[in-house]
Amino acid sequence: MASMRDIKRRKSSIQGTQQITKAMKLVSTVKLQRARTNAERSKGYFDCMYDTVNSILRRVGHIEHRYLTQGASRKKAVIVITSNRGLAGGYNSNVIKLITRNPEWKKEDLEIYCLGNKGREAFHRYGYNIKVSDGDIVENPVYADAMHLSAKLLQSFAEGEVGEIYLAYTAFKNTVSHVPTLLRLLPVEVSGEEEGQSSEAAAIMNFEPEDVEALDMIIPKYVTSLIYGALMESVASENGARMQAMDNATSNAEEMISDLALKYNRARQGSITQELTEIIAGAEALG
Amino acid sequence: MADKNGFLLRIITPERVFYESQIDMVEFNTTEGEVGVLPGHIPLTVIIKPGILHISEQDGEKDAALHAGFAEILPDCVTILAETIEWPDEIDVKRATAAKERAEERLRSRTPETDIARAETALQRALARIQVLK
Repeated sequence: MASMRDIKRRKSSIQGTQQITKAMKLVSTVKLQRARTNAERSKGYFDCMYDTVNSILRRVGHIEHRYLTQGASRKKAVIVITSNRGLAGGYNSNVIKLITRNPEWKKEDLEIYCLGNKGREAFHRYGYNIKVSDGDIVENPVYADAMHLSAKLLQSFAEGEVGEIYLAYTAFKNTVSHVPTLLRLLPVEVSGEEEGQSSEAAAIMNFEPEDVEALDMIIPKYVTSLIYGALMESVASENGARMQAMDNATSNAEEMISDLALKYNRARQGSITQELTEIIAGAEALG
Repeated sequence: MADKNGFLLRIITPERVFYESQIDMVEFNTTEGEVGVLPGHIPLTVIIKPGILHISEQDGEKDAALHAGFAEILPDCVTILAETIEWPDEIDVKRATAAKERAEERLRSRTPETDIARAETALQRALARIQVLK
């Protein structure tokens, strides 16, 4: 049985850890609130962008356009959004698993555009081809960052270096539910849903300049906005995941502390009983 | 606000909803030239070029510097998806003037490597900012 001193030392160390996890939980709660407001504020733009692009694509039908047809190359570019810091539960590994566990993807065919240091470390370890890695973007995402990234991607798509572009991020549903999501950016997928009512409105839409030219200009903006939206949601998810993880850690520490307190008290009582027995035995032997 | 003479203008940026109100007319610059939109316009999607956005409200007028994005025009609603847009009081005059000079300088001393399209857009942006302040 562990001595009283050992138990006491263990307990105080766990109490120290608990204080840290509690503080981290508070910090990520505050950060989550800010990230969530940002994500919600920008959501209108992306919903609108998505609707507009979809209605345009539905209207133009199956035209030959370089952004709508798959490139000749078998290479795929994948943007992966992870965090710079750990201690966020399964947040990072869930996103990374989307890529490493994908049965249809071969390691050699992928070019990873890695946002966040945790992802870079993991893909480096697995031996993936990391084309670009940037940890600063996820700290405080701004629209200009997304613009640079999408310009780079579109260029390599236009030059035929990659045939498809994917985006892996964590969608923020609400504070407790974050869904790792894999999205194809290019070629653009035309969603077949909601044909009924909106196709009527879309049928009479005109363009200035012509359809194809308009698409040339709108699709880069569309890609940028998707990347930016994914960044915002990922940051919110990261803080949500960390908040949850730290909440669990705090309550686990609480459990361990109460367990140790019980053990400590038992050990204390045991040692008192033992001392008493020894004294009485000594007194009897003298008498 | 069910004024049947007006229409709804929504200007949305990635960061916020910039403007949303019932208005009489809106004017802005597009790749095909300047347009003014009145209620009941035919459905149209246009690409925006840097310039001044002029809003005629029921009781007043407003200007803003609009730089990039595209607009979806419908008979009763105009949605502008703007990448960058500023009210006059958000503009830094010194920065805009400096940017204008820089862009002009780049266009004057052009070398084969100069990205002319980019310099011209920068110049248009700076001009729009300066004009909207006047």
